[in-house]
Amino acid sequence: MKLVVCVCQVPDTETRVRIAASGAAISEADVQSWIVSPYDEFAIEEALRIKDAKGGEVVLVTVGPERAQAALRTGLAMGADSAIHVKDAALDATDTLGTARALAAAIRTLEPVDLVLCGQQGVGGDHSQIPGMLAELLDLPQVTVAVKIEIGDGQATLEREIEGARESWTTPLPALVSAQKGLNQPRYAALKGIMAAKKKPLQVLDAAALGLEAAALAPKLRVTRLELPPPRPPVRMIEGDPVTQARELVRLLHEDTKVI
Amino acid sequence: MRVILTFAEQRDGRLRRAALEAVSEARRLSGPLAGTVTTVVVGPGSDALTSELGAQGADRVVVFDDPAFATYATESYARALAQVIVQTKPSVVLIPFTAMGKDMAPRVAARVDAGLASDCVALEVKEGRLAGRRPMYAGKAYATVEWAGEPQMATLRPNVFPLGPVDALRPVEVVRGSVETKARAKVTAVTATAQGRVQLGEAQIIVSGGRGLKGPENFHLVESLAEAFGAAVGASRAVVDAGWVDHQMQVGQTGRTVSPSLYVACGISGAIQHLAGMSSSRYIVAINKDKDAPIFKVADYGVVGDLFEILPRLTEAAKAHRASRG
Repeated sequence: MKLVVCVCQVPDTETRVRIAASGAAISEADVQSWIVSPYDEFAIEEALRIKDAKGGEVVLVTVGPERAQAALRTGLAMGADSAIHVKDAALDATDTLGTARALAAAIRTLEPVDLVLCGQQGVGGDHSQIPGMLAELLDLPQVTVAVKIEIGDGQATLEREIEGARESWTTPLPALVSAQKGLNQPRYAALKGIMAAKKKPLQVLDAAALGLEAAALAPKLRVTRLELPPPRPPVRMIEGDPVTQARELVRLLHEDTKVI
Repeated sequence: MRVILTFAEQRDGRLRRAALEAVSEARRLSGPLAGTVTTVVVGPGSDALTSELGAQGADRVVVFDDPAFATYATESYARALAQVIVQTKPSVVLIPFTAMGKDMAPRVAARVDAGLASDCVALEVKEGRLAGRRPMYAGKAYATVEWAGEPQMATLRPNVFPLGPVDALRPVEVVRGSVETKARAKVTAVTATAQGRVQLGEAQIIVSGGRGLKGPENFHLVESLAEAFGAAVGASRAVVDAGWVDHQMQVGQTGRTVSPSLYVACGISGAIQHLAGMSSSRYIVAINKDKDAPIFKVADYGVVGDLFEILPRLTEAAKAHRASRG
């Protein structure tokens, strides 16, 4: 099977966000470490497990600046076979749809593909848009926010979470699936894997190489301002023994906040 | 006249509250945008829902009631909505950011070549154009976004946009829609996982537990308090990763971002990725044995003490309060 995993490099979830001088982005200089978006790790892990069971190859694809290559090396160290890095200054200012178009163009160079896996959301941007857009652009059926995947003969059965329920899905292959926490427990890259990753094929492609025209990458949505949330008022500590504290808290919640 | 289009999610013949919130927001925007509100509803029996949508502010409802739409399928539902977008050329399209909306909206946006802003918490009109506000980094920052071209598509966070006045006498035009219902990926079964429980994303009150509870066997203390408050139950990443509770309960950057009216954090110290996911709550209560825990920096009310002493007493006091109010 040919398995493609879309990977996105994001600031570590422990990052304290600061706003850049432009006022419309985070300050990358203040980001201490960059990681593979946690949901993409579930996608990589699942692809590796499917490869282990069914044979085949796992190809990673990312769109991003120079630093994004580290995310591909992490995935290669986990066990993926090769990677494509779509890198172009024209992509730095694009939106989710432009990014999805670049990913779709890169994936088309790999066809025929059996399964495209993504994280259900890039941590940080929090758009949750790439999987659905990519499925539409590649004309693939989609199952998003999957917590279980079983690959059968030319088809897959999956489970996905919705409000208060779990949906069972079936889809023919090829298909696109986005991974949710709970799908699996991603492996850590071992030293041997890290060494091997350095020698695995990593292809860098620009927009021209993929036939992406400027009009297709022009953003339809842009951030005009980014700001930190307003500071919260100081805390009011409730003193006394546990019984007094409990009664006082319930009284305040009722009388001051009117929430209960 | 500009058209403001909404997608009205229904399941089993009932509209979700978030569907009405989107219609209500569209009605509000129809003033400054000088527009009319059209709503798309998909599923057999949707005819019965048109008056409710009209009363909330829809001028026109397009009903796709083919029996094949009885269960959700991304491709066919997206096709129906995209068809109405192509036909009506709306200026704005609003979709609830529910499991269904989150799954379907990006597919539709790619199909109609539109910009899509996810999980918006506020919308405004500036010189005839839409501006949206949405959390990024799970709420560590808030972005103002603007669109190029039309339609301007947005998904709306449930439970944030208020419901406007209902007018049962508003006239509503009902139009029948028809579209190819074929879909490759299909739902074969739906199994309830949390019957009767309040859902995190839609909860007015959330009670969350963390490591301070010392072990999964003590998590019932949090559940009892949640029950007394009529609240949903949440958890920190630490206890989810330790396997105490299901990951669906996780609040924070790799779980859910929530903004209830009241958030009660029990034994949660307040890692930055947890604070990101809940600090937009209207009121926050923190209960922790460590008075220097970071959670107190975002809390409105703080209780320093032993969870095992305080939680049962708080549950009692909440129950007594409820009983006194009938």
